[in-house]
Amino acid sequence: MTPSIFRRALMVLLTAAAVASLAACQREAQPEWRLNDVSGHLPDLDFKLTDDNGNPVTGADYKGKVAVMYFGYTHCPDVCPLTLTQLHVILDRLGPAAENVRILFVSVDPARDTPAVMHAYVNAFDKRAVGLVGSQAAVEALAKRYRSAFTREPDRGDGNYEVSHSSAIYFFDAEGKARLLATPSASQDDIVHDLHLLTSLETRS
Amino acid sequence: MMARSLALALILSIGGAAHAADKPAVEAKSGWVRVLPGNLPAGGYVTFENRSDRALSIVGAASPQYGNAMIHRSSTDGGMGRMEMVDSVPLPAKGSLAFAPGGYHVMLMQPKQAVKPGDKIVVTFTLSDGETIPATLLARPANASGPTD
Repeated sequence: MTPSIFRRALMVLLTAAAVASLAACQREAQPEWRLNDVSGHLPDLDFKLTDDNGNPVTGADYKGKVAVMYFGYTHCPDVCPLTLTQLHVILDRLGPAAENVRILFVSVDPARDTPAVMHAYVNAFDKRAVGLVGSQAAVEALAKRYRSAFTREPDRGDGNYEVSHSSAIYFFDAEGKARLLATPSASQDDIVHDLHLLTSLETRS
Repeated sequence: MMARSLALALILSIGGAAHAADKPAVEAKSGWVRVLPGNLPAGGYVTFENRSDRALSIVGAASPQYGNAMIHRSSTDGGMGRMEMVDSVPLPAKGSLAFAPGGYHVMLMQPKQAVKPGDKIVVTFTLSDGETIPATLLARPANASGPTD
């Protein structure tokens, strides 16, 4: 074996090793999600709404935080509190990483949910929750953007009514990219697992 | 003859009294209410145990502490969260039924006074046979997961 052939063989070996380690690297970069991966299938976080302190906000205001978005309304005594309670328990389990997460609770009941009502409501569940309100048109547009839907049910006769709404939970990374979708029946373990991954993506970038 | 039937009547009535002193056929336990801010409606949860061998149903609810109480059922079928009023909830013979988050609940509306965690809420449930079942529900914070931590 001449020195030049030896060098060439070494080069091929080194290149192969480099490619192999690059491939391993790429596999590591693809997290093993347990929830439904919707990357590339749903649009980035984008809206113009009013937060529960009465300030105008857009999706860009939550850049740098992992956003967990859920549609609901405050006159919902059962399913919305159940989901918000589960998210509260999940953030507590997440530990310090939860500081990089915001729950965005979007009202589908603009007629009754004012910023003040939303403020009291979301804070009764978790200090990391933000209540968002907007006009009927603004909330409808946001729901449509995420292929979600809501319907105001007929008045019960006493001025009270229910609002049926999609129960999906949407997860956006710190860049505002839609990443994951969960149903309220998803296991808390799976959501905690994926939020750990999502928040660690954020700190690497 | 007369004396004998009197004695029989006496025995029967004593038997009846003794029966009435037993535990009621239906018991409500582990009750709690999720308290929400302001005057928002609150969900009440409770577990019913039917010791009798008759299938019954729960047909109504009322609380002196709320202007209105209704039995509702939530569902998230097909990805849509919705709530419907129900007239009757089946309570199987020798079985139990739980009103629990995400399913059956008593919706308590128009609190007469502000309700705070730790308060005891009395809800009287009406059964299909006309019996009433008093239940004491513990008021819990909005983000509670059950009657205890």
